[in-house]
Amino acid sequence: MSISIEQRRQHRLMTIEKSLAKRHRKENAFRRMGLLAVVTGMTLVAILFISILMRGVPAFWQATFYMDVYFDPEVVQLEPKPERESGESQFAFNERYSQWLTRAGLVNWQTLIDNALEEALGEEVEPRQLRDLRALVTSGERYALRDRFVEDPSLLGQTVELKMLASANVDVWIKGNIDRDLPDARQQLSAQTRTWADQLEEQGVIRNAFSTSLFLNTDSRSSLASAGLAGAFMGSLFMMVVVIGLSVPLGVSSAIYLEEFAPKNRLTDLIEININNLAAVPSIVFGLLGASIFIGYLRLPLSAPLVGGLVLTLMTLPTIIIATRASLRSIPPSIRQAALGIGASRVQTVFHHVLPLALPGILTGSILGVAQALGETAPLLLIGMNAFVANVPGTPLDQSTALPVQIYLWQGNELRNFFEARTSAAIIVLLGLMLSLNALAIWLRKKFETRW
Amino acid sequence: MNIPAQPMATSSVSVGSGESRVSKAKDKVKMNAQDVKVFYGDAQAINGIDLDIYENEVLAFIGPSGCGKSTFLRCLNRMNDTIDICRVEGKITLDQNDIYAPDRDVVLLRAQVGIVFQKPNPFPKSIYENIAYGPRLHGLARRKAELDDIVESSLRRAGLWEEVKDRLDQPGTGLSGGQQQRLCIARTVAVSPDIILMDEPCSALDPIATAKVEQLIDELSESYTIVMVTHNMQQAARVADRTAFFHMGDLVEVDTTDQIFTNPQDQRTHDYITGRFG
Repeated sequence: MSISIEQRRQHRLMTIEKSLAKRHRKENAFRRMGLLAVVTGMTLVAILFISILMRGVPAFWQATFYMDVYFDPEVVQLEPKPERESGESQFAFNERYSQWLTRAGLVNWQTLIDNALEEALGEEVEPRQLRDLRALVTSGERYALRDRFVEDPSLLGQTVELKMLASANVDVWIKGNIDRDLPDARQQLSAQTRTWADQLEEQGVIRNAFSTSLFLNTDSRSSLASAGLAGAFMGSLFMMVVVIGLSVPLGVSSAIYLEEFAPKNRLTDLIEININNLAAVPSIVFGLLGASIFIGYLRLPLSAPLVGGLVLTLMTLPTIIIATRASLRSIPPSIRQAALGIGASRVQTVFHHVLPLALPGILTGSILGVAQALGETAPLLLIGMNAFVANVPGTPLDQSTALPVQIYLWQGNELRNFFEARTSAAIIVLLGLMLSLNALAIWLRKKFETRW
Repeated sequence: MNIPAQPMATSSVSVGSGESRVSKAKDKVKMNAQDVKVFYGDAQAINGIDLDIYENEVLAFIGPSGCGKSTFLRCLNRMNDTIDICRVEGKITLDQNDIYAPDRDVVLLRAQVGIVFQKPNPFPKSIYENIAYGPRLHGLARRKAELDDIVESSLRRAGLWEEVKDRLDQPGTGLSGGQQQRLCIARTVAVSPDIILMDEPCSALDPIATAKVEQLIDELSESYTIVMVTHNMQQAARVADRTAFFHMGDLVEVDTTDQIFTNPQDQRTHDYITGRFG
C-alpha cells in the first residue's frame, strides 16, 4: 500500500515536471514574440527618424550669395524719403509718403543685383544672357532689397555686403540633388547659369548658410527658395490656443461633472457611450461638420485658424474627457470618504482632494490630446486651410494654413528635388514641437505626482 | 469580575474593563433610530431597526459579515448618501432633530457626527494639513495660532503628539498603520463632533496598535459618544458599554455588554458569541 502511495507521488511529480517543460517553452516563446514586436517597432521608428533627418537636416542650410551690392544713385532715382513737416496734416503726409513708396516700388531693383553679380563674376554680361543671370538669385530678393532701402534711405550711393538666397534650382544644383550628367534639355538651369553657379561657389560667393527664411518667411510660389513656415507656424499656434482654451476647460469640467456629480442613469449611460463613440469618429468627419456648421451655417471665414481650432476642439474633447474620467476614477474612494466624513461638501471634496491628485493624469491626457490635434491634417483640408496663404496671420480670423497642411502642400509641389528636403525639414519642425509638448506632459506629471 | 467566562469564545482578555464601563450612568438619548430600512437597489439590507444611542456611551455593533452593521452605522451620518443606489427609509434623529429632513445640511451633520474608517485613509498631505483641514473648512480657527492649538490638542487627544510633534510637515501617509489610524481619529476629533462613528477601526492594525486605539477610545468616551462596528467580540467586550447584535439585516438584541455576553436573550446571539456561526 505504501509503495503504491510512493509510486503515485513519483508519478504526480513526473507529470508536473512534464507540464513544466511545456510551460517554460510557452513562456519563452511569448517572451521572444514580445521582444520581436518591440524590436520591430523600434526599428521602424528608427528608420522613419533617420530617413526624415537625413533628408530634412540639409534643408536647414541653403545656398546663399554673399555679395557687395552698390546702391547706384543712377538706378535708384528717388527723392529723399519724405519727413513730416510742421503744419502738415497726417493725411497729407500719408498721401505724400505712399506716393514715394509707389515710386520706390517702380525702381528696377533687379539691376542692382545684376550689377553685383557682374562684379562678382568679373565679366560684362550681354543682354541676351540676362535671363541666365537672373536665374541665379531667387526672385524675392529684389523686394527684400527695396524693403531694406525704404527702411534705411541713407544706403543710397553706398556699397553693402548682403546675404541673398540663391534660387531653388541653384540650391538643387549645388547640393547635387540633380544628376549633373543629364543632357541640357532635361536640366532645370541653362548651361550658362550652371557654369556661373559653379564658378561663384568656387569663389566663395555662394555659400551654404543657415536658412532663416525657413522660419521667418511664409509660403511662396514665385520665389520658391524663400518659402518658409512662419505663416503655417502662426496658424498652428492660433489653433492650439483655441484648442487649449476651449477643449481643456470644457473637457475637464464635463468629465468632473459626469464622474463625480452626475447621477448614474440611462441618460448618463447614453452620454458616456456617445463620448466613447465620438473618440472613434474619423477626423475628416469633424472637418465636414466644421465646414457645414461653422462655415456654412455660422458664416465664419474660410481658412481661419479659429474655425480650425473649433473643429480640432470637437475632435479633442472626447479624448480629454475620457482621459480625465480615467484619471479621476483612479483616485481611491477612501480619499473622497475621508473628506466627506469630515464634513466637506462634494464640491469641496472634488476640488480640495480629488482634483489635485488627478491633475497629473488630466494634464498628460490633455497635452496628448492637444498634440494629436496639432498633427491633424484631414479636417483642416475641408475648411479651406490648404489654401495658399502668403501672409502671416495676425489674428485667428485671418486666412492661414497650418504646419501639417503645409507639409502636405509642399510634398505635392512640382519642384520635387527642392521641396522633398524642405518637406522633411517642416516635418522635423512639427516633430520637434510635438516632442516638446510630450516632454512638457512628462515634466508636469512628474512635478504634480503625489504618492499615497 | 462579574462576567462569567463561560459563554465567551475566548474570554481571558475581555473581562478587565467590563466592570468599570457598566458603572457609568448613561441615560440621555443622543441619537434615535425608528424603523430604519436600507435598500441597495431592490435588495433590502436593513429590515427596520429601532435603536437609542445614549450620550457619552460606547456602543459596539457586532454580528457576522454582511449583517448590515456597517450599513446602519453609515446611516448615522448619511455617508450612504454617496452611494447612488442606496435608499434609506425611516427616521433617525440627533438631539430630537431628524437628520434626513429635507432642509437638513449634511455638511453640518457630518461635522457633528464624525467617522473613522476601517482602513486608515490620511490625505496625501502633511500631518499638520491632515488635522487642520477640517477646522479650516468649517472656519473653526480664525488665526494661525488657534489652528496650531487645535492641531496640537487633537493630536494629543489621539495620543500621537509625542510621536509626531517634530515632523508635522511630513506626509501623513508616511506614518505606520497604527499611527495613521490615530491620525485619522485626531482628524475627526479636530472638528469637535458630538459623536464619533468608527467602522472596524482596528481591523487593519496589529495587536499593539489595536491596544493603543482601544485605550484611545476609552479616553475619548469621556467627552464623546462613540459608536463602533467591530468584528472582534473581545474588542466589544473590552471597550463597549453596550453592545448591539445584528443578524441578516435585523437588530437582534441590544443590551449592556455584560448582559449580551453573559446572558443573551436571543438564541442567535447566544449561538454567535459562542462561535456556532459567523
